[in-house]
Amino acid sequence: MVASAEVRVARCGGSRINFIEPIITLDSRFLLCASGDAVHVYSTSTEERVHVLQGHVDLVTGLRLNSSNHLQVYSCSLDGTVKLWDFTDGILIKTYIVGHKIFSLYVSKFHEGTVFIILPMESSANTEAFQLVALHLPKTTGPEVEARDILSVLRDVSPIPKATSFGRGGEFVASASGLQLSVYFFRKQKTYRFSLKANDKKGARNRFTCVASHPNDDCIATGHEDGKIRLWRNFSQKKEYTYSTEHWHHSAVNALHFTPEGTELLSGGVESVLVLWRYGAGSKKDFVPRLGSAIEHISVSPDGSLYCTSHKDNKIVVMKSSRDISAIIQGLVKGETIRTDLLIDPRTKALVCNGKPGHLQFFSLRHDKQLYNLDIVQQEYIHEAGLHQCEVTKAAIDAQGSWLATVEERQENPEELDIILKLWAYDESTQSFHLNTSISMAHEGQISAMCFSGDAEATMLVTTGRDGHFKAWLLADHPDAQGEGASWSCDYVGSYHRREPTRCCFSADGSLLAVGFGEVVTVWSPSTWELLVTFSQPPGDIRDLCFGRLSCSKYLLGTTTKNLLCCWNLLTCSLEWSSTVDVILLQPDPLSENMAAFSRASGSTDLFVFKPSEPRPLFSQKAVCSGTVRRAVFAPREEVLEGCDESTQWLSCSRLYFLTEHMELMTFSTKSEEDQIIASSKQLVIDDSVAVTPFYLLLGKHRKSQRETQDSVSSHTAARIQLPQGSPAIRELLHTPAHVLPSASFLCNMFVNSLLISKSGVREDGRCREEEMGSEEEEEAEEQESEGEMEASVSAQGPAVQGFQTEPTPQLSKAQERELRKLQKADFSWLSSLLDS
Amino acid sequence: MGEFKVHRVRFFGYMPSGIRCMSFNERAERLALGRLDGTLEIFNFKDSFYQEKVIPGNDSRSVEAVCWVAERLFTAGLNGEITEYDLENLCPKYSLDAFGGPIWTVACNAQGTHLAVGCEDGSIKLFEILPEKIRFERNLDRQKGRVLSLSWHESGTRIAAGMLDMIRIFDVQSGELCTCLMLVDRGVSGMRNHECVVWCVAFLSDLTVISTDSSGKVQVWNAAMGILSSTHLVSKSDVLSLAVSKDESSFVVGTSEGTVVQFQFLANILGGDEKAWVRTKTFKPHTHDVRALAEIGTAVVSGGLDTQLVVRPLLDKVDIMSYDNVLHKIHFPHRSLVSCAQKAGMLLFQFPAQLEVWRLGESEGRKPGDTLFVKKNPEKLLQLKRKGEDHISCSAISPCGGWLAYSTVSSLRVYRLQCDEHVSISKVGGLCHCSSTRAPRTALLHFDSLSLLSAWCCSFANVFKSHPVCLCLLFPGAQCISHHILLLSSPFPFQPHCTVPIYGSCPTAMGIHPTSNNLLMVHADRQIFEYSIVEKQYTDWSRRVQREGLHKLWLERDTPVTHVTFNPRNAAQFMLHDTYMFCIIDQSLPLPDNKCQFYNQITLKSLSEQERLSHAHAFKMCTKYQHLLFLGLLDDESLVVVQRPLTDIASQLPAPVRLKKFAT
Repeated sequence: MVASAEVRVARCGGSRINFIEPIITLDSRFLLCASGDAVHVYSTSTEERVHVLQGHVDLVTGLRLNSSNHLQVYSCSLDGTVKLWDFTDGILIKTYIVGHKIFSLYVSKFHEGTVFIILPMESSANTEAFQLVALHLPKTTGPEVEARDILSVLRDVSPIPKATSFGRGGEFVASASGLQLSVYFFRKQKTYRFSLKANDKKGARNRFTCVASHPNDDCIATGHEDGKIRLWRNFSQKKEYTYSTEHWHHSAVNALHFTPEGTELLSGGVESVLVLWRYGAGSKKDFVPRLGSAIEHISVSPDGSLYCTSHKDNKIVVMKSSRDISAIIQGLVKGETIRTDLLIDPRTKALVCNGKPGHLQFFSLRHDKQLYNLDIVQQEYIHEAGLHQCEVTKAAIDAQGSWLATVEERQENPEELDIILKLWAYDESTQSFHLNTSISMAHEGQISAMCFSGDAEATMLVTTGRDGHFKAWLLADHPDAQGEGASWSCDYVGSYHRREPTRCCFSADGSLLAVGFGEVVTVWSPSTWELLVTFSQPPGDIRDLCFGRLSCSKYLLGTTTKNLLCCWNLLTCSLEWSSTVDVILLQPDPLSENMAAFSRASGSTDLFVFKPSEPRPLFSQKAVCSGTVRRAVFAPREEVLEGCDESTQWLSCSRLYFLTEHMELMTFSTKSEEDQIIASSKQLVIDDSVAVTPFYLLLGKHRKSQRETQDSVSSHTAARIQLPQGSPAIRELLHTPAHVLPSASFLCNMFVNSLLISKSGVREDGRCREEEMGSEEEEEAEEQESEGEMEASVSAQGPAVQGFQTEPTPQLSKAQERELRKLQKADFSWLSSLLDS
Repeated sequence: MGEFKVHRVRFFGYMPSGIRCMSFNERAERLALGRLDGTLEIFNFKDSFYQEKVIPGNDSRSVEAVCWVAERLFTAGLNGEITEYDLENLCPKYSLDAFGGPIWTVACNAQGTHLAVGCEDGSIKLFEILPEKIRFERNLDRQKGRVLSLSWHESGTRIAAGMLDMIRIFDVQSGELCTCLMLVDRGVSGMRNHECVVWCVAFLSDLTVISTDSSGKVQVWNAAMGILSSTHLVSKSDVLSLAVSKDESSFVVGTSEGTVVQFQFLANILGGDEKAWVRTKTFKPHTHDVRALAEIGTAVVSGGLDTQLVVRPLLDKVDIMSYDNVLHKIHFPHRSLVSCAQKAGMLLFQFPAQLEVWRLGESEGRKPGDTLFVKKNPEKLLQLKRKGEDHISCSAISPCGGWLAYSTVSSLRVYRLQCDEHVSISKVGGLCHCSSTRAPRTALLHFDSLSLLSAWCCSFANVFKSHPVCLCLLFPGAQCISHHILLLSSPFPFQPHCTVPIYGSCPTAMGIHPTSNNLLMVHADRQIFEYSIVEKQYTDWSRRVQREGLHKLWLERDTPVTHVTFNPRNAAQFMLHDTYMFCIIDQSLPLPDNKCQFYNQITLKSLSEQERLSHAHAFKMCTKYQHLLFLGLLDDESLVVVQRPLTDIASQLPAPVRLKKFAT
């Protein structure tokens, strides 16, 4: 199991799920959306994530259902591959290697064996030019196929997926780029181009933003920057083309989609209102207002029963066609900037940072799911450009997770500054934070740093302000405030030579407080408020301060703005060592002695992981990301990662997450870890192309009951004579309407079988197989426990495989079947041990 | 070139009348336009949209509907009469009372044999069209409620009538109501107790009826079955006008919000047979009610209460972009309503019902480019109301300011004007011999300061019957009239002197040079000719102009030149003006060719003295004064510029239909 442990920067959870248009499966049960390198499969009814399709190594940019098999999905990625997945089981079926960055993917029902992708134009040096090409998918077997059969369809298209759309019956494709709409007719092989003027006298901004085609009529809807929607008709004429204009949106139309019947056109924009235009009825329209955030994409399920909107705050809303919202899938909310540090909530192990305006979000990294939002500002958010909003600028959580401190700020002009320090107590009964104390103008100036002491008994909060003071806050009972319990009040105000404090940090045991005043570090004793010692390493102001942990707790580390990383020994009160690195971020690991330092170097950021006591860094990686790193945090692992060699030892108990300049949350993953994930995903065996019919359900239940029998037998609990187990099956038989029943010969066999007393013993030759089945079933059982609500078709997977092996599935080629059989024969016994542990 | 003191006159309160109806004659490519005050105007669309003829209105006559029958023009109005016009003499030929109360609409069948009128009392009356007159034939079945709109089927056997709340279809042969009777929905709930007025109907050849009504709907009906096929809600208020294209593939409707909406008959699937009427484009050419619409194949012509005529090209029907298919807006009449007494510094303003005489103000200070201080305000000397019901068709004032004349369709009046201390006016009699034989027609009157009244073009009516007179002017010893320009010799009685060669486009402005006696003509297509009266041939300069051609930008100007003035200081210079500019043309300078910069004033200013000469060309444009109604030179060599800003006209219009505008 121990692989050559290499560390890789990987996208982890918290990626954008609103990056491309989500798709809903034919039966409207699942919603697929791209999230970073992976494709997530959500249930549309429970919002639960069912599968993660992992396999791409770069951003997934396109996602379409396979038109010939609705249980499969194509995805494309910037890594230059198109992959075909079985999303019900989360299995990668095939990989087509194209070899160029793919920006978008389209599938047309009428072009069998071909997908359409958008590639950069090769010939020209201009990297901004893209073309739409038809990619013929070779029918050769094997999991990885080179697909080089490319036919250019349209040149100079926009790489944005929603700017291209396939029309009625796949007869034409319409693509908009800039101010031009191009329509290519496949039958005539002719392109028509229609241009609009950039703007007219009334200041209309005519740039195209999105395109949608009517499913039954020859009508193209285009959205524009100024909020207009144009419906183009007669576009097979060079001159006599015509369009009508509708205008409701006040700024750009972000998304357009026709319902599958073509009766309604859905549009959305920054107004966070889904507009439903009645097709053919002029400007009659309906609205679904208050969706919370700007709409980025709209999609409709193939049967038209579900609408789905992606929002700017990384949210997907699923609503029924009756406009009731049925599910909300919320990802990590990322704005343009992040003001707070990344924090880890000790109770839930969730990542805490700025979310929606004025909120803190608690995001579970493990489940890649938002746990809850905490409204800090508690004011109505008014969406208006240029309005000064109340922003949460600082947040801190104490070591036990029972106190949360937040700072919110609102500055309309340099003189008037509103600062409110709020302290939130964790309430066990409601499992959330409640406001305990609100202190307005805790400092005269901005609060530059804030931290809790690590002391479990008397939690203390220290804030440093731009007014030259640092203040210590303590929880205390007030005699005059009756019945309200303890609240926070100021305990001590400290300053040092009228300098401005920038950073503060408590030692792990809470016995020492280090406060950085400009270029001087002062160390205080919180119990007596006595200035113990000062360190200074001019020039350069202190940028980061932190105490060492565990065995290195005698060290105090600091970084300065003048490219210096210093380590002071608190016992000798002297500089232990220093080195000239431009450290922009210093982050201690709370569970080990390790420190992570991000340093800037020529357009990218390097990472060093070191122990203060050792001169040599444990780990270093150049250029972890381009640009600077905004924030970083060590998050504790659920379980200690085993099998780490020396260079990855620092990743064994916690993971390092960081936010890049482009607000992408990245982490470091080791090779062994990835291998495990891949191995665990491969163990699933295919075959769920059987439609869920009453007959199938009937059979599934029957098999289940049969299996229960087997289970009971194999567990050797009782060796008594079995009662005829077929009675429920017979009842089912009798209650099922005759017209959906299979042929009598088939039923007869089953009927007789059900009456037979099943033999407890296992045939000798099938032992190996039985064992394998056993392990699978165990896993199945586990799955059932966890997903109790899953329908029978899923839970009855294992037996179904067994039962239907004789029937060749229509979708799978011979080679694929062989592959599957091979997989089935593979030894998975190790899994059971893994599951047992 | 010269510097001028400019009198900038903005006190001419000219107010055009709103457009009520229009009809387009495809064969002659002429548009007849009826205004609210009863004026009829005829525009020649072949000839740069020039306003060829104006028939002045009459207080007792209103024009509610206008209809071409071949080359004959009929109108009907709320006075209950059908009127045919004499387009030669620009006057009504005869009127016929329909005896059905006010007439709302008039329609002619495709064969041109019958005229149907819809009356207030609910009757539809058929008139047979005979040469020279019309004759009442019969009534169709009389229904209750007024008939507001009529449309013939192509075959001439059926007629659709838009009434209150319903559309009825009549069989013309029997005069009976056909079985189909289409009830128009009254629209939104608040309007339920108001009657829904079907403002317009159109009967297409495939038995489709299109209707527009006062609840803002455009409805497409199947007349064969008598059912509604589709409804389009176009406006929150009335849809007032409708025009169908000749091939019946599209129609336009005009709303009271000032928008014009186009509908097209398009296939749902490209190349398929199943077609539907789809709302396509929306224009907003107007601010007020669009009362009249015409589709002329390559363009949509619309007019409404905001008094302007808009010709909007349909770019999908246009093959080559040229001057003729850009957006045209016609605000002002293409003739001068102002005349100027050069010596006395007085201006005469002509309104339909009155004349006004103003004396220009005086200023002091003389600094180039400055706005001068007005020492003495302009004063209104006289307001003269016309006699009779006919509107004034033309007027003139003598250069000395002592004589004043105006004419209507029926009479000519001349006044002696004395304004020393007290303004006094006295009518001059004894002119009846001129007006005795026939009704006078539109003419320009010109005074000579020596002789009392030198010319009145009407007196030549008998001589040149076939050519209506558009312009007329005088120079010492000669008289000229157009359309086919003819020069007459004076003194009275006039004899034809010679005929200027006929040019294909209408002359819009003429002038006779005071010293050289050359006749200068500007035509509707903006060609300039100079004709020597003495030598009876075109001058060399005119030949050079024709040989070298005029500049492209000059030929593409939007509005016709309406007046020519000569510079007395420089014999080689003359001035032309249209609505948006005035231009001084120097005959001694080379003509601009298409390569050189046409509007070169600013460039010339930046050049040195020597370079300036090499770049200068004959045309000097000035666009500083917009919306010009008149430009003239006074004897003290100051310019008079009469402007009428469009905002002033707009402010006098009634308030438009209130529309909710976003973010207001």
